[in-house]
Amino acid sequence: MIVAEALTKDYGDKRAVDDLSFTVRPGLVTGFLGPNGSGKSTTMRLILGLDAPTSGRVRVNGKAYRDHPAPLHEVGALLEARSVHTGRSAYNHLVALAQTHGIPKSRVDDLIDLVGLRDVARKRAGQFSLGMGQRLGIASALLGDPDTVILDEPVNGLDPEGIHWIRNLLRGLAGEGRTVFVSSHLMSEMALTADHLVVIGRGRLIADTSVDQFIDMASAKRIRVRTPEVNRLHSLLGSDRATLGPESDALEVHGLSSEQVGDLAFRHGIPIHELTSQQASLEEAFMNLTTEAVEFASERSSQEGVAA
Amino acid sequence: MSSVVVPAVPRLAHTGRVTQARVIRSEWTKLWSLRSTRYSIGAALLLTIGVAALACGVVAHHWPHMSLQDRQDFHPLEVNLAGVQIAQLAIGVLGVLVITGEYSTGMIRATMTAVPKRLPVLWAKAIVYGLVVLALATPATLIAFAVGQSILARQHIDVAFTHPGVARAVFGAALYLTTIGLFGLGIGAIVRNTAGGIAAFAGILFVLPPLMNVLPTSWNNAASPYLPLIAGQAVMAVTRGAHQLGPWTGLGLLCAYAAAALAVASILLVRRDT
Repeated sequence: MIVAEALTKDYGDKRAVDDLSFTVRPGLVTGFLGPNGSGKSTTMRLILGLDAPTSGRVRVNGKAYRDHPAPLHEVGALLEARSVHTGRSAYNHLVALAQTHGIPKSRVDDLIDLVGLRDVARKRAGQFSLGMGQRLGIASALLGDPDTVILDEPVNGLDPEGIHWIRNLLRGLAGEGRTVFVSSHLMSEMALTADHLVVIGRGRLIADTSVDQFIDMASAKRIRVRTPEVNRLHSLLGSDRATLGPESDALEVHGLSSEQVGDLAFRHGIPIHELTSQQASLEEAFMNLTTEAVEFASERSSQEGVAA
Repeated sequence: MSSVVVPAVPRLAHTGRVTQARVIRSEWTKLWSLRSTRYSIGAALLLTIGVAALACGVVAHHWPHMSLQDRQDFHPLEVNLAGVQIAQLAIGVLGVLVITGEYSTGMIRATMTAVPKRLPVLWAKAIVYGLVVLALATPATLIAFAVGQSILARQHIDVAFTHPGVARAVFGAALYLTTIGLFGLGIGAIVRNTAGGIAAFAGILFVLPPLMNVLPTSWNNAASPYLPLIAGQAVMAVTRGAHQLGPWTGLGLLCAYAAAALAVASILLVRRDT
């Protein structure tokens, strides 16, 4: 369980995370979605106490991360940036982390087998491919058998087999009742893995919703109509269902099927030049949402500029 | 890619909390699992002994042809501890690397996630590195002394270990190296960057003393004894110079510099973002 309350982080005069509140619940895979640079990694660093928030707070399993006497048993983390000394072997890296909690070396062997690094465990981590590095990061995250798992862009650099492996792993961890919080900038990836979504843009919360709701929202159908009598059709449909544009002879219609629009036009003798059904992809919906957040932020700052 | 089987994560019966002793074990593993440690410490030990043998050999060879003035300036122990002057560079640089290597590779994030209170990590690094240097530098300086004096003995210009001040200087050299290592660690923890840390370490230790020569002589004489390098090396001097601190006062001052660097580092470590 992760609870963020009004979490805010400034770096100099740049606000990386802005008044962010959300709850990540156990037993689910919660996707943390946002474009690159939207504050996902910063939020994860705040959760782990690597950076201190400017204001607000975040608790993991009921406490600030730093106050846990045995943090590796509470939270396992894979950060986006590599967190391994390049000169040390995977095995020694894991042993050194395990020793801080008195975790036996047999556990290190178990995890090296689990992530499939047995053949390279004695090699220096600097020689690892991106995918092997991710597997080592996952082994470190699971070392303490934590109740909460936080993974920042875990599929980065993995081959299709590795991506499939991660998906199953995350689902398995959630199935065991653990809290799984996993970030991505790829909506399509999250649609396959996550149950719940926390979406941010420019450090602000955009949506905190189930994946199904998000897909419904994104899948709402739009009908594009082109007609020379665009104003007549617009008044027939009503402005809550139809919006003008983008071209002067076009309308965008929501909440009706293309059959309904075509029949209506036919009954009123309105000629139709184009009638197409369009479905926004998840990526598009995500882009729309985050673009609004970006525009809102810049609008607000320009207003502030005028006020000052 | 049809049958990717994901075995369930095995459960862990053990639950233990983070303790200072466990963090020390972890830092011991970290120190010895890097090649840079073995190379730097190996180089420091070889230099301490090898340069001592070389310097004593050169002096012993030239002794019959040396001027009276040169013979009067000669001190058998000073020549013998020449290797320490070079070894301190390897020990100090490794001290810097022990912490900056974690920042440059990103390891620090894993370290601080495992030990979020942070301070136990700094103390463990200081304890482990300090004890390792002391445990290895002590036999190295003793061997260097035995080898060097056996070479000088051919010209009957050696000095006995029981001669006043000699034992203090030999053991003092090992203590000096240990303190230099901890000073490097403190500076590295403050600067958090390898190049910057080594530059700061070398600048304070080796560049500051010759810079003092631009000062008026009376100022230079008054200030120079308190510089870290000059203060610390007082413990290795058998005869005390006119403008030099006493051996234990000098080493004590170097220890205070190292302690101050570590204290500043500890405050910054808790306050700064990682």
